[in-house]
Amino acid sequence: MLVIKNGRVIDPASKTDAALDVLVDGEKIKEVAPPGKIAAAGAEVFDAQGLIVAPGFIDLHAHLREPGQESSETIETGTRAAARGGFTAVCCMPNTKPVNDNASVTRFILDRAQATGSVRVWPIGAASMGSKGEAISEIAGMKDAGVVAVSDDGKPIATAKLARQVMDYCRSLDLPVMEHAEDVSLATGAVMREGVTSTRLGLRGMPAAAEAVCVARDVQLAELTGARLHIAHLSTKASLEQVRWAKSQGLRVSCEVTPHHFTLIDEDVTYDSRFKMNPPLAAREDRTALLEGLADGTVDAIATDHAPHQAALKDVEFDRAPFGILGFETALALALEQLVDLGRISLMRMVELFTTGPAQVLGMERKVAAGRPADLTVFSMDRTWTYNVEDSSSKSRNSPFDGKKFKGGPMATIVAGRMVHKN
Amino acid sequence: MAVSTKVIVRGGENKQIPRACRLRGFRMTSCAIFLQPAKIWRTLTYRFRDLLALEPLTADELRFLLDRSKPSQEIQKHPLKKLATLRGKTVALAFFENSTRTRISFGTAAARLGADTMNLQAEASSIKKGETLLDTAFNLNAMKPDCFVMRHSASGAADYVARHLDIPVVNAGDGTHEHPSQGLLDALTIRDRLGTMENLNVTILGDILHSRVARSNIHLLGKFGCRFTLCGPSIWVPRELEKIAPGVPIRCVYKMEEALEDAHVIIMLRVQTERLNDPPLSANDYILLYQLNAKRLRRAHRNAIVLHPGPINRGIEITPDVADGPQSCVLDQVTNGVAVRMAILYLVIAGASESGAHPALEARAAPSEESSKKTKESANAGD
Repeated sequence: MLVIKNGRVIDPASKTDAALDVLVDGEKIKEVAPPGKIAAAGAEVFDAQGLIVAPGFIDLHAHLREPGQESSETIETGTRAAARGGFTAVCCMPNTKPVNDNASVTRFILDRAQATGSVRVWPIGAASMGSKGEAISEIAGMKDAGVVAVSDDGKPIATAKLARQVMDYCRSLDLPVMEHAEDVSLATGAVMREGVTSTRLGLRGMPAAAEAVCVARDVQLAELTGARLHIAHLSTKASLEQVRWAKSQGLRVSCEVTPHHFTLIDEDVTYDSRFKMNPPLAAREDRTALLEGLADGTVDAIATDHAPHQAALKDVEFDRAPFGILGFETALALALEQLVDLGRISLMRMVELFTTGPAQVLGMERKVAAGRPADLTVFSMDRTWTYNVEDSSSKSRNSPFDGKKFKGGPMATIVAGRMVHKN
Repeated sequence: MAVSTKVIVRGGENKQIPRACRLRGFRMTSCAIFLQPAKIWRTLTYRFRDLLALEPLTADELRFLLDRSKPSQEIQKHPLKKLATLRGKTVALAFFENSTRTRISFGTAAARLGADTMNLQAEASSIKKGETLLDTAFNLNAMKPDCFVMRHSASGAADYVARHLDIPVVNAGDGTHEHPSQGLLDALTIRDRLGTMENLNVTILGDILHSRVARSNIHLLGKFGCRFTLCGPSIWVPRELEKIAPGVPIRCVYKMEEALEDAHVIIMLRVQTERLNDPPLSANDYILLYQLNAKRLRRAHRNAIVLHPGPINRGIEITPDVADGPQSCVLDQVTNGVAVRMAILYLVIAGASESGAHPALEARAAPSEESSKKTKESANAGD
């Protein structure tokens, strides 16, 4: 038994923001009560004085690289980094080697997670075989094995026809379709966002329209099929407008935004490949729109797009470097800094974006209440610390936030009643 | 006399290199991307160890580099052109992308200063065998050159290598970013022919988006009050170009006749014929709309001069009568290229260890090992 004492519980599902003690028994929450009311002799005590106790954070979008790219990350190292970042569950994208496009790969991932993982791993299955955009994958089989969504992430579902088929099928299976929205024909050879900075640096840019064109296509198909569509790592104003419109029409469309897209912009890009990711850092006005979307509810979740790449791959010329940066360990601190401390959103809303928001995308619930799974994230609003990527739990080091000072961050991560990380 | 100031000598340990990482709302560390503070050379002058781009240089630094090219220009006219200024020094010429003119020009500049060169050419190199750019650079560096001149097809490649090498890096063209020595030789040519490089109307024609020459031209001449008109097919001349150098008047126009109006300097860019299909634009349409011929040239200022970085596609972007005509500076550019590159090599190699006079004024042996070592040590101590 574990009792978390003196913390400030923030629970978006019940709109609770109060000083409460939480008693954990086994894998479940046993009791939530005002301070001092819980009598649990012999229970281990975690003093959360001055800390926030929230439902366990969910990351809808991560790359754990196993199987196949274990030099960059494994389920063990990736989930350890996730635990350090306060995440209790991560959804891993299917672009592994082999691609997670059938139940055996799904089961392999879940077995590895069981054996080596620190937090819950919820695999996302490929929408098409090999994510090649040709034939639809074995989605029902993967669903039985445990996938929570489908996606061809890394690229969009190749054609409108296939996207329609996938959405149609996923509607009947009640699985969300997560779309990496990008018109690849507009983005060929591009390494950053098209704009003044790309023009000045002489780097090939992809226009903002490359994303919005694809979002528009998929929103239309969501209307046609009635499917649950989730736009991954949404980065532009125009895409956000599409989502806003879809929601106003009552379509089952949701979206996520990454910490780096609400923190950085294309003007921050130098020839340092740690600033290279896809979608690329967007324009100033796009970031402003994303901040508005995070505040007004258009954005459903903050997701990291944690994308580790070993130095041998990433530390090369900008043009040759693969897209992607680390995300788990800095996500909460960036959200506190950029969103809460600057008064752009409330603390309650931020917690929602990490918990009930992503849970709803997956058709789940998150709640700090008796009888619920004891998945909890405890964090500080004021602890100052410096992110030193050399100390990261990830196998890779590709973070543009290395050396950055933060105020506030994860203090303890509890998954199924077990303390998997403690500061 | 050397004036020693704070110098950052970058060692092989790249951990010491400050990272460039700006975040919204504050700055983490200063940007060390283009800039490596280097050494003071007599009066002013050049703050950097490398020459990676013209964008970060001040007008004074640019003028200084051009002034330093003048004595080298004189040497080009002498019957005996070889100096001993950089005797014992070695210049690595690492051309990861094909080049004839620039490579020979740097090679000639090195030879005339008495330096030896080692050559890497893309076709013969182990890049084909999968070696990374950085490994190739480290291997060449292990043969102990004193300067690393490189060309590469990726924008920022020179910047990237400079962050990892402990010797000066000179960018001889990186992707579609900058071509600093070309920008300098163009300015030198303009200044010689027109008597000034200030407050001119400069028209650049062609594929500006993919031109490293155009960017270097803009970043140099823009600091001397020049106004730019960029002209070409709209997909090659995006409006974003108007904002790449804040404070410099740049306008994009799509009619050649309008672009040439009142131009003092016309800089032609090579039509990269391999790009004519992407975007789709036929060669004939290009000729019809954007070829510089005698009739169009008359719209420019009476004394306008025409530059072209070469190689020329005769009959495509420019007609032979213009290319060979009295207003053309094409061959002057090539001659000046050697002079500018002599000044650059001297600056980054000798300037690193010694102040002192220009090669042309003081044709003597290279500074001794001890003196250069001393400078580095004192520099480290002061850091």
